[in-house]
Amino acid sequence: MKQFKLQNSVAELKEIAKQMRVAILKMLHRAGSGHSGGSLSCVELISGLYFSELRHDPRNPSWEDRDRFIISKGHGCPTVYAALAFAGYFPLAELDTLRKLGSILQGHPYSRATTGIEVSTGSLGHGLAMANGIALAARLNKRNHHVFCLLGDGEIQEGEVWEATMAAAHYRLDRVCAILDHNGLQIDGPNDEVMKVMPVVEKWQAFGWHTIQIDGHNFDQILAAYRAARKVVGKPTMIVAETVKGKGVSFMENVVDFHGVAPTEEQLVRALREIESSQP
Amino acid sequence: MTADKIATRDAYGEVLVELGEQHEEIVVLDADLSKSTRTIKFAKRFPDRFFNMGIAEQNMIDTACGLAVSGKTVFASSFAIFASGRAWEQVRNSICYSRYNVKVVATHAGISVGEDGVSHQACEDVAIMRAIPNMRVFVPADAVETKAIIRTIAQDQKPAYVRLGRAKVPVIYDDTYVFHAGKASQLREGTEVALIAMGATVVLALEAAARLAEEQISVRVINMSSVKPIDRDAILAASNETRAIVTIEEHNVIGGLGSAVAEVLVTFPHRMPMRMIGLQDTFAQSGSYTELFERYGLSVPNVIRVIKEIL
Repeated sequence: MKQFKLQNSVAELKEIAKQMRVAILKMLHRAGSGHSGGSLSCVELISGLYFSELRHDPRNPSWEDRDRFIISKGHGCPTVYAALAFAGYFPLAELDTLRKLGSILQGHPYSRATTGIEVSTGSLGHGLAMANGIALAARLNKRNHHVFCLLGDGEIQEGEVWEATMAAAHYRLDRVCAILDHNGLQIDGPNDEVMKVMPVVEKWQAFGWHTIQIDGHNFDQILAAYRAARKVVGKPTMIVAETVKGKGVSFMENVVDFHGVAPTEEQLVRALREIESSQP
Repeated sequence: MTADKIATRDAYGEVLVELGEQHEEIVVLDADLSKSTRTIKFAKRFPDRFFNMGIAEQNMIDTACGLAVSGKTVFASSFAIFASGRAWEQVRNSICYSRYNVKVVATHAGISVGEDGVSHQACEDVAIMRAIPNMRVFVPADAVETKAIIRTIAQDQKPAYVRLGRAKVPVIYDDTYVFHAGKASQLREGTEVALIAMGATVVLALEAAARLAEEQISVRVINMSSVKPIDRDAILAASNETRAIVTIEEHNVIGGLGSAVAEVLVTFPHRMPMRMIGLQDTFAQSGSYTELFERYGLSVPNVIRVIKEIL
């Protein structure tokens, strides 16, 4: 593995996504626990940010004008950790320490431990409100950066998500772009069996948001949506990204039981073989 | 003590405006209670730096964190029951875990809220706030101390919970008062019993001590406004120099000031009799401030009774 540049073509992004999947599965396997399914479903959404859309500088992580990214579905942090390491925020070797005692990579994101993690998340429902606070501060400070916030679809069952959804529209936070990783599954089963979340697009529209629907594994659509969100004036944007939980590993795709477990040795070997032989 | 009575929330509203003039980075959030918490004064003076988050305390706390990570000093206010209870997990996971510069200043704490009844009476807030690592808990006794505490925490970059009341309370301190986090304020010297109080019960302690002095019983009165970090030295001195400790709090005796004092006391080698006056693990009810204080043992006669019992 090597460090990647921050601006990439779609072909390059596909290669980065492939290598991120390899890194995610390896780190989860080494950790022996963690969330495989929901880490794999947001690989394209996150690699599209860190390796194309975000204005950021790994050599200057506290650059005031950087775009912010918040992973509100904190259990998907292996994907962010891989992106941060690939971008050069910390050495790639740190990925081997995920969830281990003393690691800079906590089981859920901790801003005090990990360079590049903007805010601590993990308990669901917090991230969007924090994104709003960052956007309000940017307005007061007359800064132009954007705040991207990735939500899980099970997460939106949390009431605070809707409090924050209301607030972002109320304060016309057009620098806030939320992304819904809509893979349809949560720990106990399909979203709509556990607690109906559909229709999601109409909900955000009713709250006064601009909405965009995309295939969350298609880089052309992802990048176009990010660019479009930057241009929206007077209201926040929700990108509803249709994704596949466990994407990229056939025996993990759409399998609820891979929500909260790491691959075994045998599963890791099979998964890596599959990913490495896949055509980008 | 002067004859003036001022609610600590009124002092908060005033000092916020004073600090707002001096510090551009101060922002204030409220959850539709700005008229009651008195943050409305700041809102009127600095409308751009005030955000009403609606009736959504969890959202208020996390939004506060977003502002804090962007360099703001954030004061977030609501009633104590909602600020500490409704948003507890946001306070723990967002403010305290990452040590964000958010000050939760909660008004209408305790039973002195009165007629609104149990749903609005926070008598557990000190317990659940001080149980969180990195959180500091301050309970001022009067308007002067409220301003001193708010001015102090506005200067640091750390989380804090400040517990204020709805009702007007006597002014104890004059403008020379200096507050230090982790330092108690001894208001009366005494050698037989140490009365340790916080908030609105400090005045009760002073009155009880004055009455007992007439009976030649010498009572030390300590205002433990810094519940966390607590003043171990003041407790050690009390345990060395008096014969018994009595705590008085407008709070459940489980987890509050009494517990905090006892947690220190048990680390000392010698045994010391101790009693806790406060809500005895019960909900209160509607009623006037004074009726409720009397009914739940926060009265001078009850303090005197407990002290005589323990001696």
